[in-house]
Amino acid sequence: MPFILRRLAFYLVAAWVAITANFFIPRAVPGNPIAIILSKYPNLTPQAYKALSAMIGGSLEKGSLWSQYVHYLDDVIHFNFGTDLANFPTPVSTLLDQALPWTLVLVGTATVIAFAIGTTLGILAGWRAGGGLDRSLPFLMFFQAVPYFFLALILVDFFAVQHHWLPPGGGYNGEITQPGWTWTFISNAIEYSTLPALTIVISSIAGWMLQMRNVMITTIGEDYVVAAQAKGLSKSRIIYTYAARNALLPQLQGFGLALGFAVSGALIMEIVFGYPGIGLLLLNAVTDKDFPMMQAILLVIVFAVLIANLIVDLVIAYFDPRARAREAV
Amino acid sequence: MASSVFASIANIWRNLPLKAKVGVFLFGFFVLAAIIGPQVEPYDPGFQNTAASALSAHPSAQHWFGTTQLGQDVLSQVLTGIRLTLVLALLVGLIVTVISVLVGVTAAFLGGFWDDVLSLLTNVFLVIPALPVLIVLLGYFPQQAGQAPTIIVLSLLGWPWGARVIRAQTLTIRNRDFIAASRESGEKTWRIIVFDIIPNEISLIAASFVNTVLYAIGASVALAFIGLTDVTSWSLGTVLYWVQQDDAVQSNAWWWFVPPGLAVALMGVSLVLLNSGIDEIGNPRLRASRGMARIAGHRIWPTDPTPVYAQLTAQRSRLGAFLHSFSRSSLLDETPAGGELR
Repeated sequence: MPFILRRLAFYLVAAWVAITANFFIPRAVPGNPIAIILSKYPNLTPQAYKALSAMIGGSLEKGSLWSQYVHYLDDVIHFNFGTDLANFPTPVSTLLDQALPWTLVLVGTATVIAFAIGTTLGILAGWRAGGGLDRSLPFLMFFQAVPYFFLALILVDFFAVQHHWLPPGGGYNGEITQPGWTWTFISNAIEYSTLPALTIVISSIAGWMLQMRNVMITTIGEDYVVAAQAKGLSKSRIIYTYAARNALLPQLQGFGLALGFAVSGALIMEIVFGYPGIGLLLLNAVTDKDFPMMQAILLVIVFAVLIANLIVDLVIAYFDPRARAREAV
Repeated sequence: MASSVFASIANIWRNLPLKAKVGVFLFGFFVLAAIIGPQVEPYDPGFQNTAASALSAHPSAQHWFGTTQLGQDVLSQVLTGIRLTLVLALLVGLIVTVISVLVGVTAAFLGGFWDDVLSLLTNVFLVIPALPVLIVLLGYFPQQAGQAPTIIVLSLLGWPWGARVIRAQTLTIRNRDFIAASRESGEKTWRIIVFDIIPNEISLIAASFVNTVLYAIGASVALAFIGLTDVTSWSLGTVLYWVQQDDAVQSNAWWWFVPPGLAVALMGVSLVLLNSGIDEIGNPRLRASRGMARIAGHRIWPTDPTPVYAQLTAQRSRLGAFLHSFSRSSLLDETPAGGELR
């Protein structure tokens, strides 16, 4: 069985675990979520109540646990996450559709930028271990240890409050433009996303750099690099074609796992900036005890991270001959 | 006895890289602040000085770090916050380390099918992003339950990283000669695990503990920051929560949000430094330029003095091999994944 198919199966298992946990946890927690919701939303219509009990169970749910579970799986597979409570009767999926592109574009772009810059710096720092760039690492690690949202607060204070160079928060200026494929909107959205993106890039660069540097140092000690040096190849050829290419594979594997962190940090960061993405939606859902929305967002985030991991696996299979050799077996 | 313990501690200290020493000092400073802070803090963190001059006041002799919008002393809040946050993080670190040692050692020792089930579980938990799960889980808990929900939830989701590295290390140690010797001489399995395996992994366990404390500080502060905790207690995260609630940034009250944020950041830095120090003890190559010679402009590294990690392929049952082939690490095996199955 090809490597990619096996990984696909693994991600399906992971998705199943997430879905199942999502089903059982609200039914297992102490206290009755339904009662909390009823006290919060006394005017709930019968349809909303029915949809709600299908999602999170409760005393009024018909049928055995097993039939509830099957019903739930069926709903999830059809992306039917029920109706939103806070904005009744908007379906949860409509709200998700509005928020998802914001987060995907912002987090995706910023993470790729951070990965590219961090890896390049890591290559150079690893090659000149003990050099100036390498010694600046402890300083960069400071930014890694700073919580995302604190960095965001500092950036807002400096760039937006004190100097008015960039807007302090939000996704776009509603007075000037509305979402659409117009140049005004796109340039406006880019302006508003500069600070959030900068936060992600600054705080995650050091991690990529440190990992790449460490792998680079180990790779440089390998015999084939020494052999390349002995042949008198040019320095850039040794660095990029011999050492960095091989050092990049562990880095790529790390990329998959780090995506989870990137998404987690971005959620908090969105809350600071009031950025109209998934993170803000999730926070509002949690404070409103909007359980269907919470569950749906969690599943969407998990699915997104799993899909991104699958893409990383495809890239690894493309670049790593060992993975391709395995497929032939 | 006691003097030999001191001597060995002094010896370890001498061999620590500079980074780790800085980390130890910095972390020690915060531990000290957590111990004596609440005794020496000038005000109760919740006390509101209602004099008009004390609302959102700049730092002064009376309030060293200034005051909040309600006239509360920021220094007192930060000192109490350091204690609460540090206690929570150390507790989570302890629980998580115990769980990851249990899972990691069990998986490596049982081998075969159970190893692969536990590894699969670990990998699943690793790939699922933790923070959204934490947020949703905490959303189900009642709000005023103190720090307990945060500790439980952080511990539940924190163990896979440690379990993974400890399992890998146990697998290599398990196949060494001295373990075989213990087994041949009739030692019980639990004695081998407790007296032979775990002492040889102590630096790895320490690293995983430090990492977990780092994770717990970051996650608990983030969760408190968005208000998913008891916001009436003063942890560093709740101080920052009120910063956000009262628009301290918009009113440019830097003295209010810089101290708690800096405290979190410096605690994090001290742990990162500690960890990279532990890393360098374990992997001599990372010790920057120490062993490197420069000949005619080329950097020559000493060959690896101790080839610690042998390339070993674990013995797997047919089902175990099948399960293992789903993991990304199966790529690194020397034998082809399908090999055992045919």
